[in-house]
Amino acid sequence: MSVRTLPLLFLNLGGEMLYILDQRLRAQNIPGDKARRDEWTEVDRKRVLHDIVLTMFNKSFIEELLKPQELYSKKALRTIYDRLAHASIMRLNQASMDKLYDLMTMALKYQVLLCPRPKDVLLVTYNHLDAIKGLIHDNPPLLHLVDETFRQLIEVYGCLSAGEFQLIRQTLLTFFQDLHIRVSIFLKDKVQNSNGRFVLPVTGPVPWGTEVPGLIRMFNSKGEEVRRVKFPHGGNYVIAPKEGSFEVYGDRVLKLGTNMYSVNRPMETHTSGTSKNLASQTQQSIAPNPLAKEELNFLARLMGGMEITKPSGSEPGFRLNLFTTDEEEEQAALTRPEELSHEVVNIQATQDQQRNQELARIMGEFEVKDQPRWSASKGDDLLAMMDEL
Amino acid sequence: MVAADSEGPRDPGVRMFRRERSIPLRGSAAALGNNLCVLHLPVCNLTHFGVVHGPSAQLLSVAPEGVPLAQRQLHAKEGPGLSSPLITQVHWCALPFRVLLVLTSHRGIQMYESDGSVMVYWHALDSRDASPDSTQAVFARGIASCGHFICVGMWSGRVLVFDIPLKGPNIVLSEELAAHPASVTDIASEPAQEPDCMADVVTADDSGLLCVWWSGPEFKLLTRIPGFGVPCNSVQLWKGIVAAGYGNGQVRLYEASTGALHVQINAHARAVCALDLAPGVGKLLSAAEDTFVHIWKLSKSRESGCTEVEHCHGECVPDTQLCGARFCDPSGSSFAVTGYDLTEILRFSSE
Repeated sequence: MSVRTLPLLFLNLGGEMLYILDQRLRAQNIPGDKARRDEWTEVDRKRVLHDIVLTMFNKSFIEELLKPQELYSKKALRTIYDRLAHASIMRLNQASMDKLYDLMTMALKYQVLLCPRPKDVLLVTYNHLDAIKGLIHDNPPLLHLVDETFRQLIEVYGCLSAGEFQLIRQTLLTFFQDLHIRVSIFLKDKVQNSNGRFVLPVTGPVPWGTEVPGLIRMFNSKGEEVRRVKFPHGGNYVIAPKEGSFEVYGDRVLKLGTNMYSVNRPMETHTSGTSKNLASQTQQSIAPNPLAKEELNFLARLMGGMEITKPSGSEPGFRLNLFTTDEEEEQAALTRPEELSHEVVNIQATQDQQRNQELARIMGEFEVKDQPRWSASKGDDLLAMMDEL
Repeated sequence: MVAADSEGPRDPGVRMFRRERSIPLRGSAAALGNNLCVLHLPVCNLTHFGVVHGPSAQLLSVAPEGVPLAQRQLHAKEGPGLSSPLITQVHWCALPFRVLLVLTSHRGIQMYESDGSVMVYWHALDSRDASPDSTQAVFARGIASCGHFICVGMWSGRVLVFDIPLKGPNIVLSEELAAHPASVTDIASEPAQEPDCMADVVTADDSGLLCVWWSGPEFKLLTRIPGFGVPCNSVQLWKGIVAAGYGNGQVRLYEASTGALHVQINAHARAVCALDLAPGVGKLLSAAEDTFVHIWKLSKSRESGCTEVEHCHGECVPDTQLCGARFCDPSGSSFAVTGYDLTEILRFSSE
């Protein structure tokens, strides 16, 4: 499929992650002077968001991301978000991280599916970037970093054809195929049905560049129109008012990709009853993949550019719960259907230090949970690690 | 036949088509264009269906009432590359003397006997063909048979022409046509309508360009019909008329030999994903990502030489981004559709 999809996937999912974390942190906000040592304050919230944005828009990371490449597996991508979410003092349990990722992916699936034109996926991306800039508006160097990425995106995507955008959209939809997790906020807004499928409205403005359906025009061999007939097309469409802006600053017109979370909106997800269609999908992710080595190398390259700030000194990591109570979080972890567990890759140091210098360097900054395993073949070593997850 | 309901308010009581029993799929349909192929076998009264899921495609044999009798899954042949290769299209090619099933992917072209049981030919995409800075994905897409040839399109815009023997695996690449600047999307053919029109093959691409060919001993380019940047996702050829479905929801009909525009239909509110023809009765089926399927009646006026189109029927498949649609019989009295994320083939038929 398209080799230009990864940056859009990454930035949009990252944007959704920031919306959710921002909302969640605000919901748990305690006034600074009244907070205990382990409670969230406004200052903490800003710090978490700034740290994540700083990591996400790291110059060499974005550079690596923008290189033409195939989309990697869901597993590999999930690992990056795991790391990103832990780029600051915040800590998430597995259950909360799973829920966060479910919300992120379903939101983006919705946005891509409802994009009027394939090229509008770019407007969705720009909406996310605009909102991210809003979150860090009081940090000029960070703003500059995001603007830099903006400019690079315009350079890469500005000249792509409608056909290439169509391929990008198809690639994104393939990535999201068979995901039907029900999200409360979508169910309440009636944009998702109870079976997990999104509602595709047949009303509203047509995409920019499309005519309202319902007309047949017939011409003679001289090119003169000889007849025009209306037909009942079944929908209730109107002409598109104007085109969204693809510049760094501008009215995007499209609302998809803007922040739909406000402090009081619920963000439950329902994972039961969604396992039916996953059989084919999970068969792919569970089977040992002989090309997993390449994926790990990709992660190493990508995260080599991702500088992770460790919590310094005696500061404790602040835990964020995506659920309303700790008990709920525990319960969610226990009842999560097996097929939906997002397996996370734990990259371990290996014997061949020179070959994996990059990996080793990154490992120095990560929390190493297990002892490294040594075996004769380095390839087997890496694969065995994938298997044991 | 119930009269066409093209003008005036629709009477919901008068339905030309009714939903028939769906055919369950093992894997959901992928968001590709032309993602349904049908082979009708009147002799044994069976219909074969083919749908692409992703790295695999499913073939089903179905009895008249829609009861699935047998199924088979085909996979894209692995090759050098990162992940399991995705299939772009699956299509039955009915040649005068045999039927072959062709499967295109990001690795190459696979040809099977019609039931998918035996692979008779494999053509790997040459990775050296990829652009030096590899800014483009590599794949094959667009399949049609013409006489004893099978034409397959490529990401580069080239069309490969394979010479198919009466039987056996001795398939030979006989020609490479280079006329498209963008990735090929679809190919269609019909027996030449001599002496009026020699054109018997039309190829379409992502830029919307249509190329009309004559498949002589060597293929000859007859006409080019520009698309002005809007991808043409699906194309059909009927009595010297090219029917093309575009990314902006339009269906346009052109005179194949001259490229003159005959009809422009603002048919859909989203990209057209599939077109199909029931050539004997001049019916055209269009399906799009806007959840709608429309059936059109085509006719050629003898006196004026103009092409006329009448809308026959529209069907909405709620909340489903369609990706494939085909008539299930030559009279156009039944059709089937697939949709992204849908794990069944939906069937409709009229009385």
